[in-house]
Amino acid sequence: MGIFRMPSLGADMEAGVLVEWLKQPGDTVARGDIVAVVETQKGAIEVETFEAGVIERLLVTPGTTVPVGTPLALLAGAGETVVLPIPEPQPSVSPPPPMRAPVPLPSPPVTSPPVTMATAHPPASPAARRLAAERGIALTAIAGSGPGGAVLLADVERAAATPSAASPARGLDLAQMRRAIAAAMARSNQEIPHYYLSTTVALAKANAWLTERNTGRPPEQRLLLAALQLKAVALALRRLPEFNGSCIDGMFRPAEGIHIGTAVAIRGGGLVAPAIHHADRLTVDEVMARLRDLVARARSGRLRSSELADPTITVTSLGDRGVEGVFGVIYPPQVAIVGFGKPVERPWVVDGQVVPCPVMTATLAADHRVSDGHRGALLLAEIDRLLQEPGSL
Amino acid sequence: MTPDDVRRVVLEELSNIAPEADLALLDPAADLREALDIDSMDHLNFVTALHNRLGVAIPEVDYPRLITLDGAIAYLMADPAIAAKAGIA
Repeated sequence: MGIFRMPSLGADMEAGVLVEWLKQPGDTVARGDIVAVVETQKGAIEVETFEAGVIERLLVTPGTTVPVGTPLALLAGAGETVVLPIPEPQPSVSPPPPMRAPVPLPSPPVTSPPVTMATAHPPASPAARRLAAERGIALTAIAGSGPGGAVLLADVERAAATPSAASPARGLDLAQMRRAIAAAMARSNQEIPHYYLSTTVALAKANAWLTERNTGRPPEQRLLLAALQLKAVALALRRLPEFNGSCIDGMFRPAEGIHIGTAVAIRGGGLVAPAIHHADRLTVDEVMARLRDLVARARSGRLRSSELADPTITVTSLGDRGVEGVFGVIYPPQVAIVGFGKPVERPWVVDGQVVPCPVMTATLAADHRVSDGHRGALLLAEIDRLLQEPGSL
Repeated sequence: MTPDDVRRVVLEELSNIAPEADLALLDPAADLREALDIDSMDHLNFVTALHNRLGVAIPEVDYPRLITLDGAIAYLMADPAIAAKAGIA
């Protein structure tokens, strides 16, 4: 028996609105499957399950705001898969549980009664449920034409064809996002004793490698410098793990994986830094593909819960516009943020000769409770070294 | 394809990237990156979309020629793929 809860998607989140169920009782889910959509200050988030099993009961109806940690649904474990809705024989001592109306608390027996949709969800055929889930349409929003108002496949098809019935493009509430950023950054500056380091990284080799790699490739396969930066940071963290993890109540816990929170600017103002998971294990091409996907979904407000909950460090890259240097504010409970400024041409000394060279400023802001400037310098130096050997990334 | 057809495609793709912008007010000689706050990822998506819709290769060395709206239209009209389509039309 597992409990699917309202996740914490960052230090600044206290509650979320359950918008929609994408799974229904009786559905089998695997770890990582998207079960529900939750509205947060960072947009609509697709929430994944940590546990595999069968959805046994939904505890919260769409539209409800609940605090972080609130049970949202019950899962029967894979080993105890009960064939719903056939009731298990009840022990003679306990009477059959009464049908409760709008499912209040998560206290059912392990082998629970048949799930016959109390009130929260209209009856619907499995095919209708599947299509509704695929199209992102809430079953409650569909008028059923089947027996007892049951939603049939044809009803969903009709609803899907009507633009207004399909779930609206969930816009981002930038004022909400600003409040979330303000809360997290205020906490960061109060709690985390930051120190800052900066260095200049020559980009001639990285640029030459990118040009060669991109020549002859169609645009969708081309790489940006950001992909090399992210991969270099990920590999450097393998050597300096004290920058990859979390610090809670003064205790540093190194993270098991390297999940790089990648700062994405939202048009109109706003910022979100979802994770590229296990960036150190991805090829540069894979990092680039993940980055493209992540930026698109961050800007349309459709990230996944693990992407917001899992970052173990943040990287902010200014791209080819803007300014030369950025000193980040650490996103708690992380312990470091790496910044890359705009690449610029500067005079550079190579083999005793002054030559024009593309360079960028790389910075580190890190948590003095966990590391010192000496180690931080080693991290930036390692990032620099890796960017001088782009073929090895 | 006529220059107007190409202009329409370019404007459609720009509005996908910058949906809040009023492209009717866009100065055709302005730097698109500044005028529409386009970053390197946006620009790559713009080039990708033009490539997919028009069949124009747009190698990286030609990116500077796409910096303005007028420049982009002129560049695309000069491409053999577009010229061939113009011939058919």
